[in-house]
Amino acid sequence: MAAIYSLYIINKSGGLIFYKDYGSSGRMDTNDSLRVASLWHSMHAISQQLSPISGCFGIELLQADTFDLHCFQSLTGYISLLFFFLSKKVTRMIQGTKFFVVCEPGTQHMEGLLKHIYELYTDYVLKNPFYEMEMPIRCELFDINLTQAIQKDRVALLAR
Amino acid sequence: MPPVGPRSGDAIFANVERVNAELFTLTYGAIVRQLLTDLEEVEEVNKQLDQMGYNIGIRLIDEFLAKSNVSRCVDFKETAEVIAKIGFKMFLGVTASVTNWDADGTCCSIVLEDNPLVDFVELPDTCQGLYYCNILSGVVRGALEMVSMKTEISWIRDMLRGDDAFELQVKLLKQVPEEYPYKDDE
Repeated sequence: MAAIYSLYIINKSGGLIFYKDYGSSGRMDTNDSLRVASLWHSMHAISQQLSPISGCFGIELLQADTFDLHCFQSLTGYISLLFFFLSKKVTRMIQGTKFFVVCEPGTQHMEGLLKHIYELYTDYVLKNPFYEMEMPIRCELFDINLTQAIQKDRVALLAR
Repeated sequence: MPPVGPRSGDAIFANVERVNAELFTLTYGAIVRQLLTDLEEVEEVNKQLDQMGYNIGIRLIDEFLAKSNVSRCVDFKETAEVIAKIGFKMFLGVTASVTNWDADGTCCSIVLEDNPLVDFVELPDTCQGLYYCNILSGVVRGALEMVSMKTEISWIRDMLRGDDAFELQVKLLKQVPEEYPYKDDE
């Protein structure tokens, strides 16, 4: 039984740069995954605006009947301009690279896994001299290490 | 579970894979030498080193944040301390100190007593205008830019020019606010 359905990485401007699904359920075609990525990017930004308390950096966990979505955003980012129709205002906001996993409801320790994936990204994607920033990730070493990390996580889950 | 709170520079340095220090020093030397041959003008080499450092910095910052568990700094003073104490230790294996703050806390100096890049270097007369370690200033500039701080960085003291330490002056030009209130309608 797969605990993790899929993993997404979206760049600072909301484009999907990495998508992978695990297991047989919860698969998506390319169009749908792109749609999820851009939707999530906007929802994340809107949540920062909606927060009544200052210092909100966006949604970290979304819980639904059939899945949980855990999101981690890096601290690095560009300023993007967002236009809000309701207030008719343009607002500046910091948008970092976002990593998120969609998993079974109640799956534990996803923050740790996302943090680890971020480390793998810095090691095997950013350090690859032929990787261009903000472009789709096609790095074999990253794939290999990612698969290992997810598998380890699965074994740890079974052992628990 | 990952440890809570920032890790010390020593702890991270001990845990990452490293290359032989001499290989590193010699490789950097070879790059500078090649740039001098290709570009001929010392001033151009300084510029190129800075640009190379910048390109490294904008990627390196993510690794730094991922491995050090440092979260948002409250002010520029804390940022400078983090760079000197954790950043330099983590990537170069040396510790730097922060001094010479100006009154409004936007300009300071990072002083390096020890610098592995220059272990075998003597500047010849023909290269007197060369900032041999200019790549470092580029790295710091690039890294800070990715966390929305525009800075200007210059060398104040350079051991290769007969000073007693390396001193990098870091001047904060513009910091983009990350929290409310945003300055709207700009």
